[in-house]
Amino acid sequence: MLELRKDLFADERDDNLNVVGKGVQRQDMPGHVTARTRFFDDHAFDGMLHLKVVRSPHHHARIRAIDTSAAERAPGVKRVLRGADVPVNKNTLLSLINFGKDDEPSLAVSKVSYKGEPVVAILADSEAQALAARKLVRIDYDPLPAVFDVEETLKPGAPVVNETYPGNYFEYHERFDHQKLRFGDVERGFAGADIVMEHRYQMSPIEHAPTETNGSIAAPEQNGRYVVHSCAQGLFFALGTTAKIVDVESNMLHFIGGTVGGGFGGKVDSLTEPLAVLGAMLTGRPVRFVLDREEEMLYGSPRGAERIYVKDGLMRDGRIVARHIRSYFDAGAYTRLSSYAAIKCTAHVPGPYWIPNVASDIYVSYTNRCPSTAMRGFGVTAVDFALEVQMDRLAEAASMDPMEFRILNAYRDGDMKPHRRAAKNTALVECVQVAAEKANWPLSEQAKRASSLLGGGAGDRAQIPATQLDARGQIGRPDTRSGPVTQVLPAGTSRIAPSKQPVMEGARDGRAAPTQVPRYEPQRPAAPPPPAYQPAPPPYQPGGSYSPPPAYQPASPPPAPPPPAAPAQPQHGAVRFSSVFGTRRR
Amino acid sequence: MARHEGRGMASVNYPIGMNLGGDPSQALIHSNPDGKFTVALSAIDLGQGMKQVSRQIAAETLGVPVEDVYVDTADSDTGPHDMGSFASRGTHRMGNAIIVAAREARGVLLEAAAEELEVNAADLVTDGRGNIHVRGAPSRSITVKATAQAAQFKQGKTIAGRGIFLIPLSAVDAETGEMNPNTAFAHACLVADVAVDDETGEVEVLRMTSAYELGRVINPRMVEQQLVGGAWMGISHALYETPEPYYPNPEHGPRDFNEYLMPGPGDIAPYHVTVLERPAPDGPFGGKGPGEMCANPVLPAIANAVYNAVGVRVDELPITPEKILRAIRANGGVKPGPRRGGPVNWR
Repeated sequence: MLELRKDLFADERDDNLNVVGKGVQRQDMPGHVTARTRFFDDHAFDGMLHLKVVRSPHHHARIRAIDTSAAERAPGVKRVLRGADVPVNKNTLLSLINFGKDDEPSLAVSKVSYKGEPVVAILADSEAQALAARKLVRIDYDPLPAVFDVEETLKPGAPVVNETYPGNYFEYHERFDHQKLRFGDVERGFAGADIVMEHRYQMSPIEHAPTETNGSIAAPEQNGRYVVHSCAQGLFFALGTTAKIVDVESNMLHFIGGTVGGGFGGKVDSLTEPLAVLGAMLTGRPVRFVLDREEEMLYGSPRGAERIYVKDGLMRDGRIVARHIRSYFDAGAYTRLSSYAAIKCTAHVPGPYWIPNVASDIYVSYTNRCPSTAMRGFGVTAVDFALEVQMDRLAEAASMDPMEFRILNAYRDGDMKPHRRAAKNTALVECVQVAAEKANWPLSEQAKRASSLLGGGAGDRAQIPATQLDARGQIGRPDTRSGPVTQVLPAGTSRIAPSKQPVMEGARDGRAAPTQVPRYEPQRPAAPPPPAYQPAPPPYQPGGSYSPPPAYQPASPPPAPPPPAAPAQPQHGAVRFSSVFGTRRR
Repeated sequence: MARHEGRGMASVNYPIGMNLGGDPSQALIHSNPDGKFTVALSAIDLGQGMKQVSRQIAAETLGVPVEDVYVDTADSDTGPHDMGSFASRGTHRMGNAIIVAAREARGVLLEAAAEELEVNAADLVTDGRGNIHVRGAPSRSITVKATAQAAQFKQGKTIAGRGIFLIPLSAVDAETGEMNPNTAFAHACLVADVAVDDETGEVEVLRMTSAYELGRVINPRMVEQQLVGGAWMGISHALYETPEPYYPNPEHGPRDFNEYLMPGPGDIAPYHVTVLERPAPDGPFGGKGPGEMCANPVLPAIANAVYNAVGVRVDELPITPEKILRAIRANGGVKPGPRRGGPVNWR
């Protein structure tokens, strides 16, 4: 059941739109419900081969020898692939954006680092023949000690999971074994707090469990090109990754996809495309490589586990004065995207609250399990679980109602966040108020009057505080994980340039280039607006009369003439244009 | 032995688009000779509604009926580069690229119409129903179809546009973590009502009530689909799912849907969502993105509700009956918390 509260933030919107905001039927829905939609696996080819991989039965082992001779002679087998057949047999997904070192082979060569790691690929006329031949591959393993715990793996003497990162952690900035966040002085905050509490939280891995398992079909096209029917969540991401691994120019690959049977983050790893294309290149035949359900469950890269320690300093009146977070992402055996998630998590700390002293240390740990990957809420879901359970504990410790406690500590427009950027466009307070009202959870009059527009950015809340820096956790030196403060950064220090204006470009061909997007930039009333909270919600109103976008300007300089004001809702300002970051609301 | 009801809540925010930026999206739009538009993308529709969001944003900006816009995605030969469908980025990033492309195409459309009507293009408006007319003079009009035919066969104009949206990549400071992570954030608060059986340890989610602030809602039905489906995924994540039930022990991995625990139809809770719209300054028509955050508040809200019901904290997900029973035993029995509020204000 969905209800729209059009009364809230109404002065910030122009609701006079034609089709945006309307619940019109999806273009693809009739195809979905009549089974006419074509997914990647609905593209069978004549003479198509089926690819199956032989996976490691060990969590961690050296490969002494691989004997594929019996498999090669098996009925229907057209080709057997080993690591040496892969042109670029080491990759890391984020090399496409220049982040991290290549650490993961397509087919393991000298050792396996997780149970299920692909070692050999078999291409046969039928799926059954490929599966039968899979059993004929003989691989001689020498098992190695394995490590599964995100903290154990960081201790000196732990088995090395991933030779590219011999300390079993992702290396940040070529300096540290974790990503730091430092804002103010958390130790002083804890020392001055009435209550200090620390708790440990753990999120286990979970499966994406898409209806359509990972897979792709690759086939030779004309002129030496290959067409690839793919379920990738990023079409060019998969194309770029495949082009790198099979070592061809990107225009030799023609990727078709865009209609995917569920992803949730589990289809960004290009698990099948590179080997399918390589198989098609080496056999000249179309190749289908699709994970079965068991492979998808066990080896289709889950959401990784995270272990999170949250330490808070709390005053008896309910204000949180210091928060420290130490967290470990379980990447599994290879990096994939965990390195990115740890930075996203760093940006998310300390949650949607204003706290004057905040620090975090986020580690990406390698363990001998299937590499984990993105999943819905990547970098945020687990820490939100930890933070919000902790908030419940803190509210109880302060003898406060949990809703009131959230509103008291909520960030508001203008508050400085620990990554040193001011919050804007916030709405946590209003969400709490509306949820409380619908759930019939009583709030005090003071909490009902609170607003995201009021009280933020005042005094200390807008300032970057003097900040304690340290050199803890240097790469290759676990002995440095504890250490003194090395420097105090003065208040107001910023070292990273603010984001440039987003690049938006229309045409360069002499025709006037509309370089700015429409945006809704209401004029603020001179006086602060009344509290946005209103107890009685009006029913869902599906928009007013239509006002067209401003007319196109054939010559650039003159400003766009304002469109006629919508008579039905005169309180809404006209559509305005300005640079995306050029104008501030407050 | 008894069932104990409890109530818990959580509030969260969520960043829209890839952290640090650096994730461009491109769009190409062109009209056929009858004034029907194709939007060519390489965006991915995973079921979340990327095609329809793109279509509505294109139609709104072009000023034509939504039925006259078709979204063609994804073919790397015809759709220009897009980073992909993840990080709640589809609506925000691609929506902006489509607006830029659609405004350019609309500009040519109005120029062509102006030539036919012998007026200044700046004086023309669209009615969203397939007509272009002089502002304030609806009788001086031409259809989009006739305009497109004139542009194609008389004037030699391409009614087409291209657009890109990019937030340039931010650096991250090694020592302080300073960065420009994102430009838009969505918000939510969720209340979960649960019943905990102190004999079996089972948790039943009775109902959930939430408020989400998502910027402009592009299509309320698709928002509902995302938020409700995502909340059920959250129930599943909180109470049932994991391929490693004794993590970090890697054994006991499930192999299929028989062994991997997920909620069945009987475990699905009634759910009421209220949506607030505080437009994102740089969002398409103010849109943000509900794609990922919809499961996030469910997990802690259920954990907090379990605590309110029986007085035990389960800090390791999933919150299984085994963990609850062990915690109740360790806690010396059930210790219910204070009752919070009355019956919900919705049916």
